[in-house]
Formats: sequence, structure tokens, C-alpha cells
Amino acid sequence: MTRTVTDVICPFCGTLCDDLEVVVSDDGKDLLEVYNACAIGAEKFLHSQAKDRITRPRMRQEDGSWKEISYDEAVNYTARMLADAKKPLMYGWSSTNCEAQSVGAEIGEAVGAVMDNTATVCHGTSLIAVQDIGIPSCTLGEVKNRADRVLFWGCNPAHAHPRHMSRYSIFPRGFFTGKGHTGRKVIVVDPRPTDTASLADIHLQVEQGHDYELLDALRVAFRGEKLPDFVGGIPKAKIYEVAETLKSGRFAIIFFGMGVTQSIGKNHNIDIAIAVTRDLNEYTKAAIMPMRGHYNVTGSGQVWGWQFGFPFAVDLSRGFARYNPGETTSNDLLRRDEVDAVFVLGSDPGAHFPFSSVKKIYDLPSVVIDPHETPTSEVCKVHVPVAFVGVEIGGCAYRMDNVPIETRKVVDAPEGMMTDEEFLTRVLARVKELKGV
Amino acid sequence: MAEFLIKNGFVFDPVLGIKGDVADVAIKDGKIVETSALRSPKVIDATGKTVMAGGVDIHAHVAGPKVNIGRNFRPEDKLFNCTAGHGIERMQGGFSVPTTIRTGYNYAHMGYTTVMEAAMPPLYARHTHEEMRDTPILDQGAYPVFGNNWFVLEYLKNHEIENTAAYIAWLLRATKGYAVKVVNPGGTEAWGWGLNCENVHDPVPYFDITPAQIIKGLIEANEYLGLPHSMHMHANNLGTPGNYTTTLDSFKLSEGIKPNSKFGRAQVMHHTHVQFHSYGGEGFNFESKAPEIMDYVNTHDNITIDLGCVTLDETTTMTADGPFEHHLTELNHLKWANADVELETGSGVVPFVYSANNKANAIQWCIGLELGLLAKDPMRVFLTTDHPNAGPFIRYPRIMKWLMSQEARDQQFDAFKHKDKVIEATNLAGMDRELSLYEIAQMTRAGPAKALGLSHMYGGLAPGLDGDVAVYDFNPNEPYAPDDIEKAFLNAKHLFKSGVQVISDHEIASNGNKRTLWVNARANENPQVMRDIKEKFLRYYTVTLNNYEVTGHYLRNPHVIEVDATQ
Amino acid sequence: METVTLTIKSQPGLFLEADSITPDAFAGKKAEEIVDLPVYVGREQFRLGDFFEVSGRAGATPAETKIVVNGDLSRVKYIGMKMTAGEIVANSNADMYVGAWMQGGKITVNGNVDAFAGTGMKGGEIAIKGNAGNYLGAAYRGDWRGMAGGKISVGGNAGSDLGTFMNGGEIVVGGDVDVHVATHAEGGKIVIKGNAKSRLGGQMVEGEIYVFGNIDTMMPGFAYRQDVDVDVDGIKGRFALYEGDLGERHRKRKGQAIYARLYQRINA
Repeated sequence: MTRTVTDVICPFCGTLCDDLEVVVSDDGKDLLEVYNACAIGAEKFLHSQAKDRITRPRMRQEDGSWKEISYDEAVNYTARMLADAKKPLMYGWSSTNCEAQSVGAEIGEAVGAVMDNTATVCHGTSLIAVQDIGIPSCTLGEVKNRADRVLFWGCNPAHAHPRHMSRYSIFPRGFFTGKGHTGRKVIVVDPRPTDTASLADIHLQVEQGHDYELLDALRVAFRGEKLPDFVGGIPKAKIYEVAETLKSGRFAIIFFGMGVTQSIGKNHNIDIAIAVTRDLNEYTKAAIMPMRGHYNVTGSGQVWGWQFGFPFAVDLSRGFARYNPGETTSNDLLRRDEVDAVFVLGSDPGAHFPFSSVKKIYDLPSVVIDPHETPTSEVCKVHVPVAFVGVEIGGCAYRMDNVPIETRKVVDAPEGMMTDEEFLTRVLARVKELKGV
Repeated sequence: MAEFLIKNGFVFDPVLGIKGDVADVAIKDGKIVETSALRSPKVIDATGKTVMAGGVDIHAHVAGPKVNIGRNFRPEDKLFNCTAGHGIERMQGGFSVPTTIRTGYNYAHMGYTTVMEAAMPPLYARHTHEEMRDTPILDQGAYPVFGNNWFVLEYLKNHEIENTAAYIAWLLRATKGYAVKVVNPGGTEAWGWGLNCENVHDPVPYFDITPAQIIKGLIEANEYLGLPHSMHMHANNLGTPGNYTTTLDSFKLSEGIKPNSKFGRAQVMHHTHVQFHSYGGEGFNFESKAPEIMDYVNTHDNITIDLGCVTLDETTTMTADGPFEHHLTELNHLKWANADVELETGSGVVPFVYSANNKANAIQWCIGLELGLLAKDPMRVFLTTDHPNAGPFIRYPRIMKWLMSQEARDQQFDAFKHKDKVIEATNLAGMDRELSLYEIAQMTRAGPAKALGLSHMYGGLAPGLDGDVAVYDFNPNEPYAPDDIEKAFLNAKHLFKSGVQVISDHEIASNGNKRTLWVNARANENPQVMRDIKEKFLRYYTVTLNNYEVTGHYLRNPHVIEVDATQ
Repeated sequence: METVTLTIKSQPGLFLEADSITPDAFAGKKAEEIVDLPVYVGREQFRLGDFFEVSGRAGATPAETKIVVNGDLSRVKYIGMKMTAGEIVANSNADMYVGAWMQGGKITVNGNVDAFAGTGMKGGEIAIKGNAGNYLGAAYRGDWRGMAGGKISVGGNAGSDLGTFMNGGEIVVGGDVDVHVATHAEGGKIVIKGNAKSRLGGQMVEGEIYVFGNIDTMMPGFAYRQDVDVDVDGIKGRFALYEGDLGERHRKRKGQAIYARLYQRINA
């Protein structure tokens, strides 16, 4: 016999779909099938069932091989490493639940760590822009129910957020949008002819690295001022046309991704895209939203926001919180040799960071907490496998529009495996012991 | 649990009617008891000090999505004011939008033990509860917003009170909410299209209903259920010169409606931050209409209000009144966050600098204090700043100083750049009333507790009430300078919360035993409303119905107030 | 004026946070008191004397105090932070936050500085003989009140994000600058004697930028107006005047919008 768990939340991307159905064995130990998910989401669930999964912590030996250790030993190693360091980096926090993030924050506070999440290589620049200019935004349901102008800038949801377009942005029929996609004008700005661009009414193939100028040109066009003949390779007539298309809508939404957050100009590209959105609100209604990647990177920014006041790159080393990307961001800290130990949970910097930073992690005392074997586990001294959040344990996660959704447990983790939160709670207790508090 | 005997303090308690007499207060097992019930109490010497019940804040923005936007998008609000933890205290930061940890500690330092979060977007209820969970010491509850909710708009268009009530009961349970909050009724839905509703008869686009219908209908539904608190109102047209007529129009919608509540409140409408709603004139000829507003409030006892005093600080404005925040950013050009919430509400956040050099800001300062000084019944007029909108809550003791001392008000007038013009546009300079500590206790303890329907727990020192007691270094019988008031009430010497000493000799001694209050109203089964809910989730929400309800584990020490509204 | 001389004697394992190296912290103190001022490496607190030899004595007030710092300071942050008066001479490269939130006095760095020098500066003078890193004279994160007064001069090149949210004061760069100059600025003056890349004056409301060399890409929001004769930083020349950012809000005076001005030297 099998049973079906409904309303399951997908712990993959920031779209945080919550309508999955998962078929599990009657004893709740095996996950058999996943419905409604995209291919990536389904794979995330099914991957948890891998027979060769690592289920016990491991410590790197001098010869480079792994030796299995107990969770107790892993807790002790981690706590000692953090307590001994003058300035440890605690990085990741995006593929886990808010409950674990909260315990992690308390550890960071106790040991004087720098807390950073994957925004540091993704939408951290968006967060900087929001600090400079704000952000008129909305929930995804507002897009579904109202939007008739949809602009994707430097993002490709067809591949990175596969169900975004059908659930929220292009195809759904909502309260005021009964015609679905036929009532919406879709604009894509991307140097590449992407699959998302192929769905667009207008595709602006901007020259790489000229997004800032093109966004400025839109602002100039809104005000009816003169433009140069070409901006970023786009003829001015096209720019005026797009400006008019956006202004003439009833509700415009701009989605943006790493094509602009991590290309030249970074936060400034987002800053001026937000300025474009502000401008549009003088003529109609407009909102803008980052296409957040990891399913709960948004949540870690929220948890740290209410606990420390900053959404990423929070330096707690002096006992109080400080924040300044460029200094307190992971890659700057690693590049400059500002940290002396590295703890990773819920991310894979081994795959996402520049090689020079990965080399620094390899050279330092390091622990990685991750259900998978990853490029990061390859360079760390200790690897602690844990239960999959959203599959084997529930907990809160924040969607890309900051809507909090409680993820569900659908199957048991393999016998004896700890969750992120359990492991961190043990580490916190051990840190307090070591520090005598 | 420990027993405490707080001896020989000057006690101010509107519940017992004690006006500064020397008396002892006894705490046992978390409650106030008769002194005779104690066996071996720890004795707290309060000789020469002021003793009051723990403070109760009926309206502040301290937890939830827009508060956290305010934190995360204002690193400059934390520059050089983050402090390290020590002992049991955790690290803290932020001035106008402090971290949850500092929020709990700073309220405690002011002698407050209960703080209500004034606007919870239902879809973000889980977030609000996560923040309240991480706010130490304080008892808290949150008000879900209803005034732009599509269910409410559709039911009240046809004056379907019973359906509205059933939906309210369902949503309070789903969000673990405390009361019915209304913010710019209809106007925030209009803001979904970049529009607004500027008076109570300005129809909501598409929904074909007026703010007046929403306001009156929600009051009636609230009384149909007999909830502990009344409908809690932020009227249309906030912050606009000439808006006092809209405020009076909104007040009048409560006329003829009698409270139906077993919880002891007498009002059917609580109108919040009335300072922002008491403006006369137009454009630059902006003036105080506090006397007109207070004439109405003083003569209608089914209304309570809170002040929303401007404190002349740099702060962060945040409200579910989306169109207002857009208006504000167009005025001051500072960063603007907006977050519209599907089917429910919206919000905006903009930093704002209230300056003594700005005539309008100085007039706003006068209006807030005028409202307080014109109050005939301080049990119905409560001290707030609409934190952080008109100023951060840590200025409450400064407002007490201004309300209690004409000398302090004169000092502030002298600091205004446009003193004469400010005096001309307001009435405050001619007022010599100085509120007593007893009246302050009414405005900050007994009054708000009663209006919340929580006078069986909070707001006084009668035996049986919660053991929430503050002791301040203030001797009302000795000469004092105005600043002594602020200093003393900013820094309680001792504080007891539910019988636990959380401040001892000005230091945080415990992270307390915070509770989260919510209201479980049981109404008649209503299949139509349940069908409507299922339908709207299937068609228009982006989360499923089964993922909407906040489960109990998000609440620390939940305290459920049961209401039986079945008929 | 009395002089205190600091000579670094041991390098920190990580980085040294030395916001106590200011005339304000030193004033009225003897060398044996100055060595006890706190400095930090990560979460650990040390004494200034653990890392520096200290000689001489401070004046009675910050204005009467000069600090000379010798040795390699490339791992020392916050030199001269928040100083209000007096003088600091650093005879080496220095790390981040030199003169950040400075209000008065003078800092001379005989070397390069890393990022965030002159953050939120209100007054005084910073002279950097070498190169400056990113965010020179910029606002702190989120603050709309950037550099308000004072002068920063750089002998060499400067990095990106120069003068973000600048409201007043002057920055002169002898060499080249990286992208994003005077973004969101509402005042002040930036002089670039070398070349600029792109994104000059993006979202700029008011203020002036002078460029003596090339600009790789001009912002579309800047429109050419006319050629004008200009006398800037002691150099007279013919400059092309551009106004912008046309996409940004601008206040009006007598019905005329007031724009930010960008002058580019015309090669004779």
C-alpha cells in the first residue's frame, strides 16, 4: 500500500511551489513518486532516496581519505573549531529551514562569527540596492491577479524557475486577468536568445554589460527626453516603444535575476531597475521582484533581519552586528584572509565560489553540513550529512516574495540521521560549555 | 514560583483607584495577591519610588514583514548603535526599527509588559509570529488586517454581517490573530491599481463598495462575534491637511452601535494614531483640529483612541496604508518599499526625518499632545507614537514628560525654528494642563488593557491580575525637573512580568516567560463561507488552503482567549 | 602641536581594527596610556601597545595632536575614523576605512588605501599619495547622506563607486577611476584628472564631475549642452558640458530644472 501526501512544498528554488503530491510507502520510509513538480524539484525529492547516500559524519584523514565518525565527535569538532577561531565564517543558510537558521544565528553570536548566506554571490547586490533606494514589490498573487505587463530582466525562468511562468507570471488566469497570457505583454531583456525570450512579445538583446545604461535610457524615455540613437545596442525607437508599453499597462511587474545582479555594476543595475519601477508608479501601478534562487535564502535574510538587523554579510566578531558588503562578504573575507575557520551549511560554495576562495576554504579548518556529497565536502575537513529539509523534516521557508510557507516532512530520514536543527542545537550547547556560559 | 513583596512605594493604580498613596504590592505564582497571601517573599524596597502595573501598548509595529523590511533596508539605522550581549542578554541593534531582541528589552526597561503588533498581513502571519517568538519578555498579540480583504469587500457590499463574522472567526484562527484591524479601508485595495479612497464615500475600484460600508460592517461583525477588542481603525486619508472631517465621518459610523463583549470593554471602535487624522487647513496652511476631534471623542463613550505623538526624531514610517507611503516618498524622496499582498492588504515603508526646524512637523508634535491634554477621560485615550511612524517607542517617557510638564513643552516650543507660525496653527501653547501620574497610568495601563478586553489580566494591581509590576526611580512628592520624568520612566528599577523579575536594579535579569495571545472565536458553522474560502484559494491565492494556517508551534506559550459566538 | 609616533612591531594574525588611532582618542594621554587603548583582532581585544611601539606624547586636545604611524599598515583598519581635529600621517599602505566618518583635521597616507576611505565624511582633509580602493568618499550602506564636506585627494587611481550619494565637499583623483562615479549624488565636486570608464553620474541629481581624460561610455541620461571655459583645481581649459541625469528627479529654480553637470576636457 502507498499513501499520497498533498500540498507538499518543493525545497528547491525560490518559487517554493506548494502544490506537490508525493507518494510514499505505507511505512513512511520510501518516497516513490512526485507529482506536479518540475524536473529539478522532482529530482530533489527522488535524490533523497539514493541507496549510496552518506548517512554518518566523516572526517578527512591525512592521506585524504574519509573516516566515519559519530555525530558526537562531529559536534565536538565543530564546536571546538568555532570556539577556537578568532573570526570564523559561517556560510550558506539557504537550503535549510528558518528554525535551523535561528539556532545558527545564536551560535554565530556566541562565537563571534561572520554570518553570510548565498545572497553574497546571488541577490546580495539586490539587497544593497534595496538599502539605497527601497523596493516597490508585491506577492506573486498580485502578479497572477493583476499584471498585464511582465518584464524579465537578466533572468531565465524557463530553466531556473521552471514553474514560475505557469503559476504566477505569464500563463495563469487570475481575478483581473481572466485572459491569462493573451492579456499580458511579455518583455525579456537578455543578451542571449533564451527559452524565456522565445515566449516574449518583445526581446531586447542588450549588449552584455550595458543594462545600467539601458535602464537609464528607459527613465529618460519615460520623461520624454531625448536619447542617443543607440543605447546598449538597442535603437532608441525600440526604447521609446518599450517605455510606452510599460506606462500603458495597468500593472507592470519586473522580475530580475543574476544576469544583472552579478554582471558589471551589480547593485547599481538593480538600483536603477527599481528607479524605473518607482518612475512607473507615477503613471500606473508597478512592482519589481528578485528571482531568488535557493528555496530559503530569503528566509535567512529575514531571520537575521529580525535578530541582527541585516539580511546577509553580518559580522558578529566584536560581539555586536556590523554589515558592509565588500568587507563582510564571504569572498572578500576569504580573499583577504580575514577569517580563520569556515563552517558551511545549506549551500555549496565549492561549486559557486571562485577557485581562489575555494582554495582558502581548503587551507582552513572547515566543516560542511550537507545531505549530499558536494564540491564543498571535497575540500572540507569534516562532512556532516543531515536529513533533507522539506523532504525528511519540515520547517519554515520564505518564498522569493517573502511569503513564509511551512515545508512538510514526507518521509523519514534514514535511521539515526540528524536534522540541521538538531545538529546545530547540539553544537550550540557544546559551544556554551566550551565558553563556560 | 517566587513570591515578591514590593514595599512602601507610591502606587498609582486606576483599577484600585490608588493615586500615589504608599502601599505594598504582593506577587505570588505569577499573579498579584493580597499581601496576607505571602509566606516568605523576597522583599523589594520601593520606598520613595513609583509603582505601577506593567505598561500595555495597544498599537505598535514591532513584528512582521514590513517591520523587517524597515530593519533590513536601513543599515544606517543601526550604524554605531549595535551593542554586545552580556550575561543572559543577547546582542541588540537599531534605533527606529530595533531588532526583536532590543524591542523586548527596551519595552521592559520602560516598564512595559504587553505590546500588541498593530497590523499583521494574514498571508504573512507566520512571519509575524516568528518575530514575536524571538521578542523576549513581552506578552504579544497581533491584529490581522481586514479592511481591504476581498472576502470582506464582497460580503459587506451586500451587508452580509454573519458571513463576514464567520470569515473573521476563520481568519483569526488561521492566523492566530487577536483583533480586527482596518487600515485605509478600500484605499489599499485601490492602491493595487495605484489609486486610493480619499473619504468614506469614495468607492473602491471594481468592488463597488465604500469605505463607510466596510467600516460599519466590520464594527457590526466584530460585535456579532463579541470579540475581546473592538474593531481597530486607521481611517482613510491619513496625514492629509483637512482630513479631520474624514476622521469625524469615520467616528460617526460607530454611532448607535453598542458593545457586545463579555470582556469589559465599552467601545465599539478604537481609532489609532489620531494625531495623523486631526489636520485642518489645506496644503501649507495646515493646522490643528485636535479640539474638534476631542469634542467628539469626549462626548461619545463608545470610542477609544490612541495618540500617535510625533517625537521629532529620524524614524521609519511603515503602514498597511500603501498609497500613503507612496505619497510620502514623493515628498521626501527617500527610499520606498511597498509590498502589496494578494487578496488581503498592502504596505509601504519610508524613512522620515521629523525636524524641529520644519513647521509641519512641529505642528504635528503639537497636535499629538493637544489630543492627550484635551482628553476628559484618560481611560479612553492612550499614549502611543504609532511606533515607529510618529517616533520610536523609546520616546514614550519623553511624551509623558511633555504631557506632565508645561515647562517641558515650552522648552520645545523655544527650540522650534518657526515657533510663532506653529503657535498660530495650533492650540498647545495656551494649554496649562499637566497630566498626573495617575492619568498617565490610565493612558498606558488600565485604559488600553480595558479597551483590549484584557482587564482581567493586565493594567492594574488588583489581586488576581497578572503579576506585571514596574518600579521606577521617581518620587512624585519631591521637586523634580521635567527631564527627571523621562529619565525615570525610560529605565525602570525593577520589573515583574507574570510574577518573574525580568529587571533587577535596572539590569535585565530574565528573558521572561513571554506569551502569545490569540482569539479563538467559535461561530456557527457556515458552509457558504467555507466554500468561498476554498474557491478563492483554488483560483486566486498562490498558496494552497492547507498551507495557509499558522500551526501552533510558531507561538511561544500560546494563550488562547476563547469566544463563544455560536447562536 | 605634540607628536605621537607609532611603529608597528608585529603584524596581526588576521586584521587589526584600530579605530583608537585618532587624535581624539590620544589627546591628553602619555605614551604609557596610549599603549593601553583597545584594538581588536576578530573577537579578541588587545592593547595598541601589543602591536605598536609608541613614543612621544599627545597634545591636550585633538587639534594639538599629531600622530605619525610607521611600518606596514596594510592590515590595519579604521585609521583616523571619526576624527574631529589634529593630524595623522601614515607612512605606508593602509587598509579599509581610513578617515571614515571624519569630521575635521588632516590625514596623509604615503601609500595606497583600501576600500571605504572617507565613508560618510563630514569635514577635514584626506590626502592619499598612492591609489585608493572602491567606495572612496561614499555613503555608508543605505544612507542617503554621503560625503557632506571636506576634501579627499588621491595621487594615483581610485576604484569604483567613488562619491556615491555625495552631498558636498570635493574629491580630486590624479589618475584614472573605475565605474560608477557620483551615483545618486546631490552635491559636491569630483575631479578626475585621468580617464573614466562608464556610469558617471548615474541617477545623479546635482553636483559636478570634471574629467580630464577619456570616458569609455557616456550615460544616455547626460545630454551635451555646450563648450565652456573652466578653471578647475588650478587648471584652466576648455570643457564640453553635459547635463543629467535626465532620467532622475530634479528640483527647479524659477521654473528651470537644475541638473548635475559633467565637464569633459576637450583635447586641444
